[in-house]
Amino acid sequence: MGLPRLLSSFPALANAFGEDSIRVGAIALDREHAIEMAGELLVASGRSTPEYTESMLEAVATNGPYIVIAPGIALAHGRPSEAVLEIGLSLVTLAEPVVFGNAANDPVRLVIGLGAIDHDSHIEIMAELAGFLGAADSVNSVLNAVTEVDIRLLF
Amino acid sequence: MKIIAVCGMGIGTSVLLKMNAEKVLRQLGIDATVDATSVAIARESRDAQIILTTPDLVDQLQGLPSEIVPIEHFFDLEEITEKLSASLL
Repeated sequence: MGLPRLLSSFPALANAFGEDSIRVGAIALDREHAIEMAGELLVASGRSTPEYTESMLEAVATNGPYIVIAPGIALAHGRPSEAVLEIGLSLVTLAEPVVFGNAANDPVRLVIGLGAIDHDSHIEIMAELAGFLGAADSVNSVLNAVTEVDIRLLF
Repeated sequence: MKIIAVCGMGIGTSVLLKMNAEKVLRQLGIDATVDATSVAIARESRDAQIILTTPDLVDQLQGLPSEIVPIEHFFDLEEITEKLSASLL
């Protein structure tokens, strides 16, 4: 681990990823398995209940693979509800890319889980997420990370 | 002018799309607001000039008076710039 950083470039992201919300090099059997893992990390980090993971899966079953928003990147989330205890993000990098069924952006190597409590409270987090995921460098660094700490140092 | 960014729930992918679309609009010098919304709400709306969304949801938005602009890569500002320019300029 490097020296502790005093200044964070993405303070809202740093807070949104709770303890145990990041998993590196996971093996997912299929799209649902990958989304489930992102949901379980939100549960493990105390941000949601298992019911929220169910709603993340339902969202994809209903609306299809549009959650693959850029090449290799999926943003999995459900509807804001009581199953979200606190706004949070989770992150899974996949050891083997998984096909989600999105013609333009398959296969997926990075799944971000999002739990929101309403329509607005997470806007600052989303602004930072757009900046972070919009930079090819940071996405490559996430995909090449070997440990959770490697990823946290990017925020 | 009203532009809406649409995803399944209106809280995740559409919010990211809204942010990048606003960035592009500022660069183009176009005065417009972008609201993030869900498919269900978008289907009830009649006042948006343009609907930005993902290709997967285009079918669910057919029949509205708005022009539908599908975006494949939400972080590709060039794609968003190109498609918004084609519609607006």
